[in-house]
Amino acid sequence: MTTQTILPVNAEALGQLSKQRQEPAWLTENRLKALELAASLELPKLEKMRIERWDIQNYGSYKAEASIASLAEVPASIQELIKDQESGSLLIQRNSGVVYSKLAAELAEKGVIFTDLQTAAKEHGDLVKAHLHTAVKADESSVSALHAALWNGGIFVYVPKNVEVTVPLQAVLLTDDGEATFAPHVLIIADANSSVTYVDNYVSGEGSQAVTHNGAVEVFAKQGAKVRYATIHQMGTNVTDLSYRRAIIDNDASMEWIVGEMNSGDTMSDTYSVLKGNGSTSDSKVIAVGSGSQKLNYTTRANHFGKSSESQMITRAVMREEATAIINGITKIEKGATNSDGQQTEKVLMLSPKARGDANPILLIDEDDVKAGHAASVGQVNQEQIYYLMSRGISREVAESLIIYGFLAPVVSQIPMESLQKQLQTVIERKLGQ
Amino acid sequence: MATHFSIQGLKAEIEGKEILKGINLEMKGGEIHAIMGPNGTGKSTLASALMGHPKYEVTDGSATLNGEDLLEMGVDERARAGLFLAMQYPSEITGVTNSDFLRSAINARREEGQEISLIRFIRQLEAKMKELDMNPEFAHRYLNEGFSGGEKKRNEILQMMMIEPSIVILDEIDSGLDIDALKIVANGVNAMRSEDRGFLIITHYQRLLNYIKPDFVHVMMQGRIVKSGGPELAERLEAEGYDWVKEELGIEDETVGQEA
Repeated sequence: MTTQTILPVNAEALGQLSKQRQEPAWLTENRLKALELAASLELPKLEKMRIERWDIQNYGSYKAEASIASLAEVPASIQELIKDQESGSLLIQRNSGVVYSKLAAELAEKGVIFTDLQTAAKEHGDLVKAHLHTAVKADESSVSALHAALWNGGIFVYVPKNVEVTVPLQAVLLTDDGEATFAPHVLIIADANSSVTYVDNYVSGEGSQAVTHNGAVEVFAKQGAKVRYATIHQMGTNVTDLSYRRAIIDNDASMEWIVGEMNSGDTMSDTYSVLKGNGSTSDSKVIAVGSGSQKLNYTTRANHFGKSSESQMITRAVMREEATAIINGITKIEKGATNSDGQQTEKVLMLSPKARGDANPILLIDEDDVKAGHAASVGQVNQEQIYYLMSRGISREVAESLIIYGFLAPVVSQIPMESLQKQLQTVIERKLGQ
Repeated sequence: MATHFSIQGLKAEIEGKEILKGINLEMKGGEIHAIMGPNGTGKSTLASALMGHPKYEVTDGSATLNGEDLLEMGVDERARAGLFLAMQYPSEITGVTNSDFLRSAINARREEGQEISLIRFIRQLEAKMKELDMNPEFAHRYLNEGFSGGEKKRNEILQMMMIEPSIVILDEIDSGLDIDALKIVANGVNAMRSEDRGFLIITHYQRLLNYIKPDFVHVMMQGRIVKSGGPELAERLEAEGYDWVKEELGIEDETVGQEA
């Protein structure tokens, strides 16, 4: 089926907007080309789900957003997330633009760059131009093309060679104006032998107007670099979330994804590690809770090119009420990627008879000298376990929640940052309605 | 108030098949009762039906604890009313640590705001684990996951010691235990003996009763208690087996609800 992509903006307006924002010519050109692509490309094909039926046309239009001078002025919806952040490195994007930006002085001295991507495109044009849309390419689908045409605000991280950033860089991305485009792009470049942890939260405000979040994350881990990317998406029922995350991992570099899928609206997310270099490693953990009548499509991928590369992917999802989740894991090992090891596990726990979960592990192996494995399970809460817990005086409600947390705990407890574990725990509790 | 546990004419079935055919039993605090009998005579069904396992349906009779009707209660309410069942096959639950589980069980008996303090809880837990010769590490392991048969049984006794119930049913607590573990488990039970606590010990073998002295022994066959006596009954069963009981009562097949 062909679906005509309705463009939220025409070329003339997009070009003008780009000029207004004084973007470099290459970027304006990028955007216009991408817009053309968007008109001709199809929507991405999702396993067992029809994205064309989703509410994904709510792009709104670009609106300039007033900056905030101090954290005391942030909207109430994100106050909890940014408390104790006065001294840290923090970026806040609200709707179409970054409104707050701070980089710890000691990191700035070491040459670390942490700023909004629009600014970076002007001030660090060569770096941005060499990487932007090279991992998540504009020509993949109408969604990625529209993203490349429309992205705004955005996060840019650059860590110079051999620099270790020990305290996490943080970002909050907020949509609270249904008329404004919300399409942030995160670009992280970790130069050779550097290390960095970046943590962000995607949240929405009170509004009920439908919003489409079309976001992309691109990570470049250069030789020997270590990147940890943690993200929690907790946007409301009015937001449809389309998120592509991709990392290009060079020789001996390592990538770690920690993804909390806690949205209340329909969500398509695709978290993809390209193990380009020899000895590269990737570890992804996805923790998801679905409720209401959410349609959820989560994909994790690892594509091995480098020799002796290793990937590990784990997804655990709890589905309540009438939520439906399709969970795909794709491990692909290319010819020549000898001695590689790719492992994946997907597990779904369904809490109601109307909840649906589907786990699809896929291994595509073109090389003999490798190890690869997968495990998948989909099931209901075990009534024998409930009986056992209740026989000790624990109420059914508490017994169920112990089992649900227990299902997620082996993954949550492996998250290497205690603060993030706690935060995720809180969001999970809220999402489970307890 | 003195503990009084009373079972009258209890009948129960599983998947439409009647297993318990009218059980009568009276127990008071301070007493230890043993229910013995060969496999398949309904002993474990009695334990599960009393606790309220969803697979078993009670069709007739009553079970009261201190005058309260247990059969009207949910599984958790029965437990909070004072009933405890040490299970033959305890569930394994990934992701829930032993100590989180126990703390939830204790707090389930307390009012909101009156929860046991963490320090007090840990002290109690450590002390009881020591009594049972359990590795302290087990507090942080996932509930019964990867525990050996003997470790699971010890963990059941640990729960009993922490929860301090008034009626304790031990369902085949001795199966799969070596003699050292058996002694430890028996010591745990003996340490919990008190005037206001009654024990119902379900077992095939007399060997556990060498370490826990019962006041009353009941023999179960065909879903009924067919003979009761004092500790000497257990000794005779150990020495002579069950055949004499069957002969005395004219029973050919002692089992119940099993396909021939």
